[in-house]
Amino acid sequence: MTILDTRTPIPDYFIAGATGDWEMVIGLEVHAQVTSRSKLFSASSTQFGEPPNANVSFIDAAMPGMLPVINEECVHQAIRTGLGLKAKINTRSLFDRKNYFYPDLPQGYQISQFKDPIVGEGEVHLDMGEKIGIVTVGIERLHLEQDAGKSIHDLDPSMSFVDLNRSGVALMEIVSKPDIRSSAEARAYITKLRTILRYLGTCDGNMEQGSLRADINVSVRRPGGEFGTRCEIKNVNSVRFAGQAIEYEARRQIDILEDGGEVIQQTRLFDPKSGETRAMRSKEEAHDYRYFPDPDLLPLEFDQALVDRLAADLPELPDEKQARLIRDYGITTYDASVLVADRASADFYESVAKGRDGKLAANWVINDLFGRLAKEGLDVTNSPVSAEQLGRIIDLIVGGDISGKIAKELFEIVWSEGGDPAEIVESRGMKQVSDTGAIEKIVDEIIAANPEQAAKVKDKPSMIGWFVGQVMKASQGKANPKAVNEILRAKLGL
Amino acid sequence: MAVDSKTVRRIGHLARIRIAEDDIETYADELNVILGFVEQLNEVDVEGVMPMTSVIPATQRLRADKVELGGYPERIVSNAPLSEDNFFVVPKVVE
Amino acid sequence: MKDLTKLSLAETRNGLRAGDFSAVDVTSAYLDAIGAANERLNAYVAVAEEQALDMARASDDRLAKGEGGALEGVPLGIKDLFATRGLHTQAGSHILDGFKPEYESFVTANLWADGAVLLGKLNMDEFAMGSSNETSHYGPVINPWRAEGSDDDLVPGGSSGGSAAAVSAWLCAGATATDTGGSIRQPAAFTGTVGIKPTYGRCSRWGVVAFASSLDQAGPITRTVEDSAILLTSMAGFDPMDSTSMDVDVPDFAAAVERGVKGLTIGIPREYRLEGMPGEIEKLWQQGIEWLKAEGATVRDISLPHTKYALPAYYIVAPAEASSNLARYDGVKYGLRVAGDSIEDMYELTRAAGFGREVQRRVMIGTYVLSAGYYDAYYVRAQKVRTLIKQDFEKVFAEGVDAILTPATPSAAFRVGDASMAADPVKMYLNDIFTVTVNMAGLPGISVPAGKDGAGLPLGLQLIGKPFDEETLFAAGRVIERSSGQDFSPKRWW
Ligand SMILES: [Mg+2]
Ligand SMILES: [Zn+2]
Repeated sequence: MTILDTRTPIPDYFIAGATGDWEMVIGLEVHAQVTSRSKLFSASSTQFGEPPNANVSFIDAAMPGMLPVINEECVHQAIRTGLGLKAKINTRSLFDRKNYFYPDLPQGYQISQFKDPIVGEGEVHLDMGEKIGIVTVGIERLHLEQDAGKSIHDLDPSMSFVDLNRSGVALMEIVSKPDIRSSAEARAYITKLRTILRYLGTCDGNMEQGSLRADINVSVRRPGGEFGTRCEIKNVNSVRFAGQAIEYEARRQIDILEDGGEVIQQTRLFDPKSGETRAMRSKEEAHDYRYFPDPDLLPLEFDQALVDRLAADLPELPDEKQARLIRDYGITTYDASVLVADRASADFYESVAKGRDGKLAANWVINDLFGRLAKEGLDVTNSPVSAEQLGRIIDLIVGGDISGKIAKELFEIVWSEGGDPAEIVESRGMKQVSDTGAIEKIVDEIIAANPEQAAKVKDKPSMIGWFVGQVMKASQGKANPKAVNEILRAKLGL
Repeated sequence: MAVDSKTVRRIGHLARIRIAEDDIETYADELNVILGFVEQLNEVDVEGVMPMTSVIPATQRLRADKVELGGYPERIVSNAPLSEDNFFVVPKVVE
Repeated sequence: MKDLTKLSLAETRNGLRAGDFSAVDVTSAYLDAIGAANERLNAYVAVAEEQALDMARASDDRLAKGEGGALEGVPLGIKDLFATRGLHTQAGSHILDGFKPEYESFVTANLWADGAVLLGKLNMDEFAMGSSNETSHYGPVINPWRAEGSDDDLVPGGSSGGSAAAVSAWLCAGATATDTGGSIRQPAAFTGTVGIKPTYGRCSRWGVVAFASSLDQAGPITRTVEDSAILLTSMAGFDPMDSTSMDVDVPDFAAAVERGVKGLTIGIPREYRLEGMPGEIEKLWQQGIEWLKAEGATVRDISLPHTKYALPAYYIVAPAEASSNLARYDGVKYGLRVAGDSIEDMYELTRAAGFGREVQRRVMIGTYVLSAGYYDAYYVRAQKVRTLIKQDFEKVFAEGVDAILTPATPSAAFRVGDASMAADPVKMYLNDIFTVTVNMAGLPGISVPAGKDGAGLPLGLQLIGKPFDEETLFAAGRVIERSSGQDFSPKRWW
C-alpha cells in the first residue's frame, strides 16, 4: 500500500538536528471503549471497577464450547461514530480472529475486523490556531474488536494475576492516516476525537479508566522527504503523555539517525515517570497473527435505512456547532472553540445566550464562570450558578440595574449563596443609581472638593476617568457610569 | 513449499507446542505428506470465485444490549489450575 | 423380564409411557450392561450412575403423573464433546483433565428437558479428530463387531466411536454424536447403526467443544431410522446463543419416516465411483439404487465435479479452524497445566503434554496454512473450492434432485492399530472421502446400515439432502432399512 503524503511541511514544526532539520510523521490507532451496557459478544456487564472476574461469563472466559453473539448497540455505536467522522459506513463487514497467546486473552485470539471493517475512510479537522489554521487528519478505518483482560504483575514476585472483567468489552479501533506532523497536532487530534466521541455518546473518553488509549506510530524524516521507519508506542493513556512520548521518541530516532544508525521497527512503551520510551520485551519477536474470518460469526450486514435512521438521530457535532455559534451569536472563533470543547459547556452557553447579547454571554460564561469552575475543580455540569441565574445577572446588567462591577459581586453571592439575582439586587440595595439629581449632587461635591484637578481636566480630558472613579467610589459603585460621565462632562465643561 | 526443520520449529512456537528435537524430522515428513495431498487444489480454477464465509445463507443476528450474565467469579475460576481471590494465577508475564 | 436394553428407543419410550416397565428398570438394565461391557469395549469414559438413577426416578414420577416429555425416562449416552454440568467433559483429551463445566450444552439441555436420562459420557477421538477412535486419551474404543472367524479387535470408526459402539452394543438407547467430516456417519456405518448429520445450523453448537466451527454439527446415533428421527427432533432447535443456529421450525421428524420415496428423484453422483473401490461397496450401492427404484423413486445419474477436492480442502479448513479453536487450551483457566519457568514455557509444555499426536499434527498444519505468506495459497483457495463444492450441490438440487445416494465409507471397519493407517495420516483421512463433502456444503447426510461385507461386517449407504430437508433423508433411509431387512446386531463376544 502506498501512503499518500497529504501535508505540506510546516517549518514551525521542524526539529533542528546537528545535520539539519527533521520532521515527524505520526499516525494514531486509538482504542475507544464503546459505551454499552453489555460486552461485544456476551451479555456480561461492562461496569468499571468490579471485583476480579465478577463481570465475566463463561463466554468471556473462553470455556470450551462457548460462542459469541454480537451486541446490537455496539454495532449502532460504531455506525454513529463512523457518521461522526464523516466516514464511509460499510453495510457488509466481517469479523476475523487475530491469533496470539497471552494470559489476558482467554480465547487465544481476539475477535476483530481485519479485511472488511464496519467503517471506512473519514476525517477529523483540527484547529491549530491562526498561523497554521485547520489541519485535516484522514481516518483510515474504524473497526469493532474485543478488549483483553488485565494482568496484574505486582501482587507477587513470581506470578501474574489475571482478571478478565474487561475481556470482551467492545472497543472501536480508530486508525488515522499518517497525517500528523507534530506532538501538538497529535494532542489536538486525541482531544478532538474524544470530543466527537463524547458528543456522540459512543465512548465516555475517560482516559484514566482506560476508555480511550492511543497506540502512536512515530517516525522522522527530512522535511517532506521519504517516510522513515516507524516505532509504535503502545497504550498511551493521557493526552499529555502522548505529547511527551512523541517528543522523546522523535528525538531518540533523530539521535540514532544522526549517529549514522538505523531505526528498528519496534513496539515501545512510554514510562511517564522517566518521560522515556523503551522497547517492549514481550513484543520483540515478529508477530504472525494468522488472521482469518471467525467461523463462529456470520457476515454482519444491515441496510442503508439503518444508517440513515442513526444519522437522523445524530446530535450536532462540534465543528457544526462552532460554526453555528459564530453565525448565530456573533462570537469569536476562539470563544466558540472553547465553548464547543464539550457538549455540556456549549449547551450551558446556549441557554445563557438565547435571547441575549451573545458576546456578553460568552464573556461571562468563559471568563467568569469557567474561570471560577476551573479554580474550584468543578465542571459545568455541577456549576453552582445555573444558566438561568447567569442569564438573569446579564439581564440586570443590560437593563441598567447594575454595573459590571456590581455584577461581579452579585455573581459571587449567587455562586456561594444561590438565589434569584434580581431579588438579591433588590433586597441588598445593589441597584444602580440612575437618578440624575442624586448623581449631580455627588458630582458637585467632588468638583468642589478637588478644584485643582477640575482646573487641569480642561487641558487633559483623559483625567475625566479619575473623576468618574471618585464618583463611583462615593456612590459605592451604584451610580450609573453612563450618567456619571455625562454629568461630569457637562459640569466640567468638556 | 516443503516444510523443513526450521519451519517446524517456527510453527511449533507459533502454536505454542514444544516439539522435541527428535520429533522434528518426523513432523516435517508428516506435514509434507499432508501438504502434498492438499497440493491438488492448485488444479482447480478458482478465478472469480468468492471464498466461503458462511455455509448457510444467513447473516449476523444481533443481540439486545442487556446484562444477563456474570456475577459468579468463583464459578469462572472453579476449574483453574491455580487461582487466588478469584484471579487466575500464571507465571510472571514480562511486558 | 425381557432384556430392556434390546429395545429400540421408540419401543423404550412407548413401553415407559404404557407403564410396561419403569425408567429405573431400564436405566438399571443399561447401567448393568455398561458395567459388564465397558472394560472390554471402552465406550464410556465416565458413567454417571447416581445421577442416572436420580433422573430415572424423577422420570418415573412424571410418568406416573402423565407428564412425561418426548424422551421421558429414555437412557442416553452423551459424547464427551458435549458440556454436561458438573460432569466429566474432556473431549477425549488429556489437556482437559478434570474439567467439569459449570454449564450444560444446549443440545443436552434439550434432551433433559424432554425427560431423557443421562447414563454417562462416551469415548471419542481427541477433540473429534480421527476416524478410528484411536486418538482418544482414554484409549481406543473397540467395535462390538468382529469379522467372521476372527477375534481381532476392530475400530468402531470415529470420532464418535464411543457413541456408535455404545448404541450397537446395547449400552444406551441412543447417543449424541458430532460430525465434522464424517464423525457420525462413518462410525455408524462401521457399527451397523444409523447416524445423521443434520443441516449446519440445525443443532446448536453452544456447549459443544469446538473442533472446526464451520463444519461441526451435532446429531444422533441410534439403532433404527425411526429412533434417529425421534432423537434429532429433541436435539434440534433454534438457539439465540449460537450465531450460526438457524431460526427454522423443527418438524416432528418421526412423522416423515414412513413417507416413502414415491415420486422422489434420487441422484447418483458419478464422481463417487472411485477407482479401486471394493466390489462389495459398489454392489451395495447398486442394491440401494434398486431398492429406491422399487419403492417408486426416480434414479438419475448426476455430476458433482468438485467432489475430489473436498477432502484436500477439508484438510486445510478444518485444521485451520482447529488451530485457533484449540488455542484456549493453555493451562490458564482449566484443565492441565505443566509448570514452566516462564509463561511461554508453561504454554509450550502444557500443550505438548496435553495434546495427543494427531491433534498436534492438525494444529501444526492449521497454524502453517494460516501463517503469513501461506494464507492465500492455502486457506483462501480452500474456501473458494468450498464455494464450488457447495455450488455443485445447489445445481443438482435446482435441477430437481431430492436426495443423493452414495456409499457411506470406502471400506468396512478395520483393525485396531492398522499399520498402514498409522504410518500415513492421509490414508486414515481417506475414510471420510464420501462424507466430507456434506460438511463442506453444510448439508444433511444420513448413514443407514444396508448390507455386510464378505466377513459379515456392516456397511452403510449415505443419503445427502437439501438444506433443512432431513425429512426426506429419514423417509429414504427408512426405505433402505426396510428393504435390506437384515439384522444389524453384533454377536455378543464381550
Ligand atoms: Mg492495532
Ligand atoms: Zn486493536
